[in-house]
Amino acid sequence: MITIESVTRTFAGFTAVDDVSFTAQPGRVTGFLGPNGAGKSTTMRILVGLTRATSGTASISGRRYVDLPNPGLEVGVLLDASAQHAGRTGREILSIAQRFMGLPRGRVEEMLDLVSLTAEEASRRVRDYSLGMRQRLGIATALLGEPEVLILDEPANGLDPAGIRWMRGLLLDYADRGGTVLLSSHLLHEIEVIADDLVVIGNGRIVAQGAKSQLLRSAGSLLRTTQREVLARALIDAGVSSSPVGEDGLLAQADTAEVGNIAFTTGVPVIELRPADGAGLEDMFLQLTAESRRDTIRDNQREGAVA
Amino acid sequence: MTTLDTRSATLASTRGRHRGIPLSRITTTELRKMFDTRSGFWLMASIGILALLATTAVILFASSHQMTYKTFTSAINIPMTVVLPVIAILSVTGEWSQRSGLSTFTLVPHRGRVIAAKAVACVSVAIVTIPLAFAIGALGNLVGTAIARVDPVWDLTVVNLLANVLANVLSLLFGFMLGVLIRNSVGALVAYFVYQFLLPTLSLILAASQDWFRELQPWIDFDYAQSALFDGALNTQQWTQLAITGTVWLIIPMIIGLRLVTRAEVK
Repeated sequence: MITIESVTRTFAGFTAVDDVSFTAQPGRVTGFLGPNGAGKSTTMRILVGLTRATSGTASISGRRYVDLPNPGLEVGVLLDASAQHAGRTGREILSIAQRFMGLPRGRVEEMLDLVSLTAEEASRRVRDYSLGMRQRLGIATALLGEPEVLILDEPANGLDPAGIRWMRGLLLDYADRGGTVLLSSHLLHEIEVIADDLVVIGNGRIVAQGAKSQLLRSAGSLLRTTQREVLARALIDAGVSSSPVGEDGLLAQADTAEVGNIAFTTGVPVIELRPADGAGLEDMFLQLTAESRRDTIRDNQREGAVA
Repeated sequence: MTTLDTRSATLASTRGRHRGIPLSRITTTELRKMFDTRSGFWLMASIGILALLATTAVILFASSHQMTYKTFTSAINIPMTVVLPVIAILSVTGEWSQRSGLSTFTLVPHRGRVIAAKAVACVSVAIVTIPLAFAIGALGNLVGTAIARVDPVWDLTVVNLLANVLANVLSLLFGFMLGVLIRNSVGALVAYFVYQFLLPTLSLILAASQDWFRELQPWIDFDYAQSALFDGALNTQQWTQLAITGTVWLIIPMIIGLRLVTRAEVK
């Protein structure tokens, strides 16, 4: 479990992270979302003790990272896959980590196998690696010590679609086995399909956090129906507010499962039902970060986007 | 893609059961990191290669009465005072310039321990390679004098040789200090070459032209105080001079550098 409490970090007058608090629970994938420069990386660096917090505390399983006797065995960290000595081979980089952690040598080959780096690729120097290969190597290093906690900064960068799917499976499986995963990204679609919980950060401040289903519900569902008036009334009876959109559409303030249920019990045919604006989280994310940037909520923009 | 079905077991909670990473393990790993790149490997190999070249040069160019063991070790010391500090500099600055520090300092979050391990690894390299280089010199002395048909002259005592080793270790530590203080490969290398090749010349010129400085030089010029180690046994005054200049030029900047290292951002 990862706990971050009121962490603030200022650099020469500029506040990179501003009073950030959140937790990442075991058995769940926590997505850490934010546009570039929002403070995701700084928060993660503070978490692993690379950067000092100006104030606040960050802990892993109740202890500060620097107090972990052999951190690699408890926390798998991937902050920047390209931050490696370019002249070392992939296998050598894993071997160094394996030695620091005091693990048996066989773990290196197991991990290379797990991330699908061939023997030939592992013998190549990292300067000749594609970004995708570097990410695989970084994930291998993070998983080497069989840690209970994973902290990954933009791990999907540079992976091809098959690679992204592979990593998604790997992380979901990892969380299913009780692991804690904190995963950052500015690419929302990836996180939307994998995360159980979301923490959204903009300009160093947390702008939204909670279970993904909760956050998606607040973003609403968009539906089209042949009997709009009937359904709108049924929704109100069920305590869900909605507003008409276009010819035959409704924007309902509930998730698609709930709206679908209400439509079904009401016996109203539904032509289309999806999270509001299709982009779902992305819409919410863009809106939230835009808010934090301007400190104003532009209601019109939202309805316009839905229509 | 590899499937994970073989690893479906629940992650065992190993919390609180881990032992710390012993300094010896950090040191051997850091030692490995000094050899495991092509540049690192050739830098290490260059100690032997340059000792061999220096020895060959003495055999080829020294006259038979010059050909003593001291001539050989002096010739070998020249490349050593360049290569050893460079090895020490790069072992430290690589973590920043090559950005490998991001993973090193995450796996071992106590930077002081990493730097201490690097220092031990660097000094070990010096302590192993310098005698080796001097052995090459000794072999050269035997071969050279045999070719010149003169008796080999062994004009260095064990104490002299130890003083030579100490001088080389001090050079290496000076490089190490620059690495820790500057944390950038190019910057630290330039600083070292300025210190090693420009400052002694300036000091020499100043001492030749200014009487007041000639008296003072051994008390403020670390390189000058250190070079006495190559010439023979030091007297008490020379040891004092070495201690004073060493404190100013090596120990104080090293302490400042170590403080900076624990705070410096690893990007």
